Amino acid sequence: MENKHSSQEKPRELRVKPIKNGTVIDHIAGGQALNVLKILGISGTTGATLSVVMNVESGKLGKKDIVKVEDRELLEEEVNRIALIAPAASINIIRDYEVIEKRHVDLPDEIVGVVRCQNPNCISNTQEPIKSRMLVKGKNPVLLRCLYCEQPLSERIAEYLI
Amino acid sequence: MKRHVLSMREFSREEIDSVLDLAASLEPYARGEKSDMMAGKILALLFFEPSTRTRMSFETAMKRLGGSVVNLGPAEGSSISKGESLADTVRVIGGYADAMAIRHPKEGAARLASQFSPVPVINAGDGAGHHPTQTLLDLYTIRKESHLENLKIALVGDLKYGRTVHSLAYALSLYRADITLVSPPSLKMPDSIKADLSRKGTSVCETCDLAEVVKDVDVLYMTRIQRERFPDPMEYKKVARSYRITPQFLAGCSEHLIIMHPLPRVDEIEPSVDSTAHARYFQQSFYGVPVRMALLKMLIERGA
Repeated sequence: MENKHSSQEKPRELRVKPIKNGTVIDHIAGGQALNVLKILGISGTTGATLSVVMNVESGKLGKKDIVKVEDRELLEEEVNRIALIAPAASINIIRDYEVIEKRHVDLPDEIVGVVRCQNPNCISNTQEPIKSRMLVKGKNPVLLRCLYCEQPLSERIAEYLI
Repeated sequence: MKRHVLSMREFSREEIDSVLDLAASLEPYARGEKSDMMAGKILALLFFEPSTRTRMSFETAMKRLGGSVVNLGPAEGSSISKGESLADTVRVIGGYADAMAIRHPKEGAARLASQFSPVPVINAGDGAGHHPTQTLLDLYTIRKESHLENLKIALVGDLKYGRTVHSLAYALSLYRADITLVSPPSLKMPDSIKADLSRKGTSVCETCDLAEVVKDVDVLYMTRIQRERFPDPMEYKKVARSYRITPQFLAGCSEHLIIMHPLPRVDEIEPSVDSTAHARYFQQSFYGVPVRMALLKMLIERGA
């Protein structure tokens, strides 16, 4: 028997079913979902149940990615780092299938231990007991400045994720 | 006054002026008048890279004020050659001294040192990064031998790799100087620094032709063009010749024009220019002493 919903549902609703508890990160610029996971420190071995949808049609962004992380409510400081590569991303915290909180990402003034300085001769790229520290000098477009060597970083930020 | 001197980016115009004022009041001691202002105080010199004038002028500044100096010495045979981190070295040496001056081949090394040192840190040059004490002595020289207000200055030579000109241009933007950048096309000032200057509202113009600007500026700030920057020796020769200052080249210039150079020079300024009324580069290197005296006094007295 033919599924009576199939012709009426939008394709994207078919791709990933709603999650019961956790976090949905929507409106990630197309192709950046894996970098978002990298920023959040989530990999295939961290045990979280993940759904990653890439390059679906979006009115706002053209193409967008969506990431769903089950049974984990991401903290504000974790998700704000996402603004480095996905400034338009929106975060939905889900409990019992309901969106209990919706917010946009906003870069903090300083990013610690997330982005490596692009200057190979910077002291932060050595064996010293320090983490990389990037001051956020601009949010749209993103402009970072290394606290140590003061070298700016504004393009290809994803390549420098630690 | 701040706790450390790491980058010119952290200085306001008022803070620069107060350093220069104090340096002016200390100049008699730099010339040999007795002082015990720093008696009982010790400055540690951590030079991980060779340096003559910076290291010696720090040492002279401290000793002329009645203080003393301890030296890291060559890295070979020291704890550094055994693989000690800079963070640990700085924590240890900070226990021996009242302040430290550090030169290091990696950019950002002085800032790292400041995070671990229990005493004030002065950046005496970090890789291709900053050299704030050089900039302050350059500003002192300009103020004393010319003027900082409504200044017209040409920065000449290697504007791409020369760390002194980057810091100097940034500081001059605080004084709204009119800056002309003169360099061969391959050694132009990096766009990121020019963008910074424009954001500060400084007028910057670029040219390759030194003769075009020399009659129109108050200060010619020369830098050394390094031979190793050019893969083709013929290209180096051509460029080096085009930025060579001779007495003939200066004919027709304003009598008030001064010529500066962070030294060492190679071919940029012919020795016969030394005796003209324009030469100021030897005074400039002497002014490193009162300026470093001022910084040591401010930092050590604040920390005491």
